[in-house]
Amino acid sequence: MLLKLTCLIPLYPLIGSIINGFFGLKIGKDAVAKIACGSMILSFLTAVLVFVGFLMLPEGQHAYEQVVWSWFGAGDFSVDFGFQVDPLTLVMMFVVTGVGSIIHVYAVGYMHEEYSFYRFFAYFNLFASAMLLLVMGNNFLLMFIGWEGVGCCSYFLIGYYFEKKSACDAGTKAFVVNRVGDFAFLLAVMYIFNIFGTIDFSEVMHAAPEKLIYGGEIVTIITMLLFVGATGKSAQIPLYTWLPDAMEGPTPVSALIHAATMVTAGVYMVVRCNVLFSLSPMTMTVVAFIGGTTAVMAATIGMTQFDIKRVLAYSTVSQIGYMFLACGVGAYTAAIFHLVTHAFFKACLFLGSGSVIHGIHGEQDMRKMGGLKKHMPTTYKTFLVSTLAIAGIPPLSGFFSKDEVLYHSLIDGNIIFWGMGVSAALLTAFYMFRLVFMTFHGESRVDPSVHPHESPKIMTMPLVILAGLATVGGMLGIPLMHGWHILHNWLEPVIHFDLASALQHSEHMLHEAGQHAPSWTHLLEPKDHNLWIESLLMLFSAAVAITGIFGAYMFYIKRPDLPEKFTKGQWGFDLVQNKYYVDELYDESIVKPTVEASKLLWKECDAKGIDGAVNGAAKTIGWFSRHAQTLQSGFVRNYALFMVVGFISLLLVMF
Amino acid sequence: MLEDTVPLSHYLMLSATLFVIGIVGVLVRRNVIVVFMSIEIMLNAVNISLISFDHYMNLSSGQIFSFMVMCVAAAEVSVGLAIIISMHRNKPTVNLDEFNLLKW
Repeated sequence: MLLKLTCLIPLYPLIGSIINGFFGLKIGKDAVAKIACGSMILSFLTAVLVFVGFLMLPEGQHAYEQVVWSWFGAGDFSVDFGFQVDPLTLVMMFVVTGVGSIIHVYAVGYMHEEYSFYRFFAYFNLFASAMLLLVMGNNFLLMFIGWEGVGCCSYFLIGYYFEKKSACDAGTKAFVVNRVGDFAFLLAVMYIFNIFGTIDFSEVMHAAPEKLIYGGEIVTIITMLLFVGATGKSAQIPLYTWLPDAMEGPTPVSALIHAATMVTAGVYMVVRCNVLFSLSPMTMTVVAFIGGTTAVMAATIGMTQFDIKRVLAYSTVSQIGYMFLACGVGAYTAAIFHLVTHAFFKACLFLGSGSVIHGIHGEQDMRKMGGLKKHMPTTYKTFLVSTLAIAGIPPLSGFFSKDEVLYHSLIDGNIIFWGMGVSAALLTAFYMFRLVFMTFHGESRVDPSVHPHESPKIMTMPLVILAGLATVGGMLGIPLMHGWHILHNWLEPVIHFDLASALQHSEHMLHEAGQHAPSWTHLLEPKDHNLWIESLLMLFSAAVAITGIFGAYMFYIKRPDLPEKFTKGQWGFDLVQNKYYVDELYDESIVKPTVEASKLLWKECDAKGIDGAVNGAAKTIGWFSRHAQTLQSGFVRNYALFMVVGFISLLLVMF
Repeated sequence: MLEDTVPLSHYLMLSATLFVIGIVGVLVRRNVIVVFMSIEIMLNAVNISLISFDHYMNLSSGQIFSFMVMCVAAAEVSVGLAIIISMHRNKPTVNLDEFNLLKW
């Protein structure tokens, strides 16, 4: 019966948001903080209860659906407002409510000086609610509501400092770029409804292998559209440009929305629709390729940035690229595993950077930091742990998840994907330690008038908790030993996909259509999972991480003059530092033509065409009226004359 | 008898003539009193045709209706004269060409 509590999980933050949004200024900051954090923690505790309830389900039952009410119906089409609880949802639920609660607590400390404290928390809670709706909805449309909801809250929060023009622009950019992806997602949902006649997850996933031909056009189009949606929300090539700009928002926002939860929604969606994706090998290749390319490209940009938050933003883009790489080679567990560990260490990194920024009064440029280790011991320690985790040093969480992605990209993918993954791993270790060294080590370059100080307890405690999670999170998926991969066993019911029977159905359908099925036998050969290869790869990726760290050490501690020498006047470096001029390219090729075309439409079509037609109609009528006016002379005898004339003409007409 | 001496058509001719005289009077005269009188002539022209039809067809409702017309005419006269008086109070004339306020 504990599962009946499911619908309360997104409800608590929603209530918190409403109270804070409408009465926040009256009830004061303390009450706002209590309501915001309280609602998140309540939500987390409810998630724990639901988890317990889920464990008590009878053997063999792996999903629970709770229909709260029937949302709307038209003809055969009906949509329920319902929640779905299955292993994948539970994992996401814990990430959102758990990491969300921690970041809420941190934000209380971080935002304490702000006047619109209540506004921040109203949006923050609303975001949590929308994100929970996204991961818990039992159909595509409900997911879409959450999908748009988180986008909207992201817009609000990026533009939180709305008096700053750059923040407003960044918010608009994020929103507009996201809309491109959302549109594709919506198209995919419509297409799915067209094919399946339903948009319920479980029904669609159940029917997919029987209705869709393996590698067929329909499934490829659907999954491609879904993936375009995912690239928008999850900041992948070509729609990644909004995420680095989104760092204009307050740091807790970057941590929760633009690192831990919202940007991973695309990964969640791909894993949720894994049956569809598995049916389309072409889309899978595209997903893996885009993911790998993004991972490498974002990592290279991350190496050259000086804004501490921007480095982390590119790092996020790069890590999400990893997740898509894993999805693309069919290693959905690895993707979710990396999503979870990434949520831990990236949230910790962002919050740590927030603590640094807080401690030196809003400075974000790493060239004006340095030597902060002794001023901020707790922040430094937690930051270092998380950096080691993201760099992939055993036995921290990032090592396990990243290694699993790399292993699968070699075994289930090919050497190119693996190469992308490994080079991104090398770059990750390098730029993350570059960040650590530039910020915490070496000479202090802080403005002498600023006295760095450690953040208050309410901010360091979340850091400690997250660093702890980043340390032990890897235990969810212990490699090498069969059956010890807890996450894999846990997610098995969701990502289980019977390729053989799907291929049989496809063959049957092609046969009925009078076509020959291509030979698929090679797909069914079991892949040999060699323990030796796996162990060797582990050693190799650890070595890669250490190489990257050593490189950063050489460049930024041992020989601080080296970076200058290497990069000065190099066109390649300028290219990377300017983010490959992608923003400029988009500006020139898409934004400007759109603006120009809109202006043209406005001035020519709207102002002259539509307004002209409307005004013209009014003018014509006015002209007629002015002339008809003269008939109305005001003389009674004239009117009488009209009556007589009318009467006579009536008589003439009738007889 | 009446039908033998004067046929219906004569009555109708008389009625029509009076009606046209009334119309012309309304249209051409400027004095509001005369216009008013012309309207009365038109009403009575209608009365004549009502009564003659009534008699010709051996009914009685036509006569009753002509009483009705007279009553309405009497009421109309009282209202009309009142309007004329108030017009006269606003402007010291009864010339209709001086009044062109009946418009928007």
